[in-house]
Amino acid sequence: MSDAPDGIDGRSDNVDDPTPDGGHAAATPSTHTVRLELVDEPGQLLAALHPIADNGGNLLSIYHERGNKTPRGRIPVEVDFEATQDRFEEIVDALRTEGVNVMQAGTERYAEEVTLLLFGHLIDTDLSDTLSRIEACESASVADVSLAAPQGTEEVSSARLRLEARAGETETALAAVRELADEKELRLVEPLTGVEA
Amino acid sequence: MRLAVIGAGAVGRSVVELAGEHGHEVVAVADSSSAVVADGANGPDGRTPGVDPDAVVARKAERGIVGDGDPEDALAADYDVLVEATPTTLGDADPGFSHVTRALERDRHAVLANKGPVAERFGDLRAAVADSAGEIRFEATVGGAIPAVSTVEDIEPGHVTAVRGVLNGTANFILTRMAAEGLDYDHVLAEAQDLGVAEADPSFDVDGTDAALKCVILANVLSFGAVDDPADAREFTLDDADVEGIRDVPGSTLRLAAEDGRTVRLIGEATGETVRVAPRLVPENGTLAVSGTQNIVQIETTHAGRLNISGRGAGGPETASAVLGDVGRLK
Repeated sequence: MSDAPDGIDGRSDNVDDPTPDGGHAAATPSTHTVRLELVDEPGQLLAALHPIADNGGNLLSIYHERGNKTPRGRIPVEVDFEATQDRFEEIVDALRTEGVNVMQAGTERYAEEVTLLLFGHLIDTDLSDTLSRIEACESASVADVSLAAPQGTEEVSSARLRLEARAGETETALAAVRELADEKELRLVEPLTGVEA
Repeated sequence: MRLAVIGAGAVGRSVVELAGEHGHEVVAVADSSSAVVADGANGPDGRTPGVDPDAVVARKAERGIVGDGDPEDALAADYDVLVEATPTTLGDADPGFSHVTRALERDRHAVLANKGPVAERFGDLRAAVADSAGEIRFEATVGGAIPAVSTVEDIEPGHVTAVRGVLNGTANFILTRMAAEGLDYDHVLAEAQDLGVAEADPSFDVDGTDAALKCVILANVLSFGAVDDPADAREFTLDDADVEGIRDVPGSTLRLAAEDGRTVRLIGEATGETVRVAPRLVPENGTLAVSGTQNIVQIETTHAGRLNISGRGAGGPETASAVLGDVGRLK
């Protein structure tokens, strides 16, 4: 149901989930991903993992991006673990209490990804304005844009947009794009969200 | 069952030809200007022998008429089930609507292949059924050979949250060819017209109207099926549908979709509250991305998960099979 490529399941407590693998009760552990930002000093990683294990999280994998630094010169670490929804929240709180900088935690930031197409007079209607107005919408951020204008910039062109939306806000993000497309007389080809099985 | 087949297009003719195989007898056939009615007096044991299917089809092919009678004779014939297979009309949905209500007034059943009456006047039809000993069935109006309506009825409309799918073979053929060959809409449309996949005036198909009518019918099935009192049901007509077609989808849109492992399909969606038809982005190898003239119906249920049924959404024998399946369900 949730279109989360990284396995973040923010709706694990949704017992009405009609998919065959759905219907997890709140007590069923599901997989969560947190992205942490660690200072490049010995012992930091271990200090960050304690709150997870101590609060009942079952560690699955740790991806320590040593070569890659955040703008603040810290090291991003991605940790996957299993926990119930309640425990997951406790773990995130515990990490923050320990002073670990949590960049993304499960349902908090852009958990859903949605790809859509726009076609029409994209260039004439100011594509960069279109993109920045989508970007300005609280629910989503534009992650990727591909443009095809085979007949030059004054003819009909097409664009593929990949948006990252906050958990549960894909529909809000789509509604914002829909409104913008209407205003600029662009055609929007929406994905069938929640159907891709 | 004794059938009166009204309408002698591809579907009506196939019903006439295939009725015998299904254990039914055609006692009358009409097109817009002529009719043939079996002469009961010549039948053994007072039973009508039925019309000769081959003779009807041959007359239609050679002389453009089905017989020497008046269409009115076929409507007045002694039949059990009226098969309404005249072309779909919108608005008052006549003459199809009147054919069906006249059958119901005589306490006979009616099976529709004509979308007009069930899409535009579902409430009026239900009221006519309520006053009659006859019933109506209309499997053939949605997805040709695909048992969409009867599957929804089997699951029970109250347990179906949505029905969606690819419900127009012409639009699907065009989108499939555009994506596969990198061709533009106009080129592929001309090709489809040469192949007989698209009509000379393809508006009904490429503007999404045909798919929308099918979704409106499904929305009516869901809406009326979920309530005990029809007065509580919301009635849908084409005006309630949010419809976008494929006419101006450029080749570049399909190319961008393909680069990302996706494609575009004209998807219709019906719930008990909304009807929407629009080109949608779907995974290229996903269930809904059927190719060519294939159709698919996807039924979302409360307790039984998701069901997918794909197959031929149009064609004389295919649609006639759905009509005769409906006849078989009538008692």
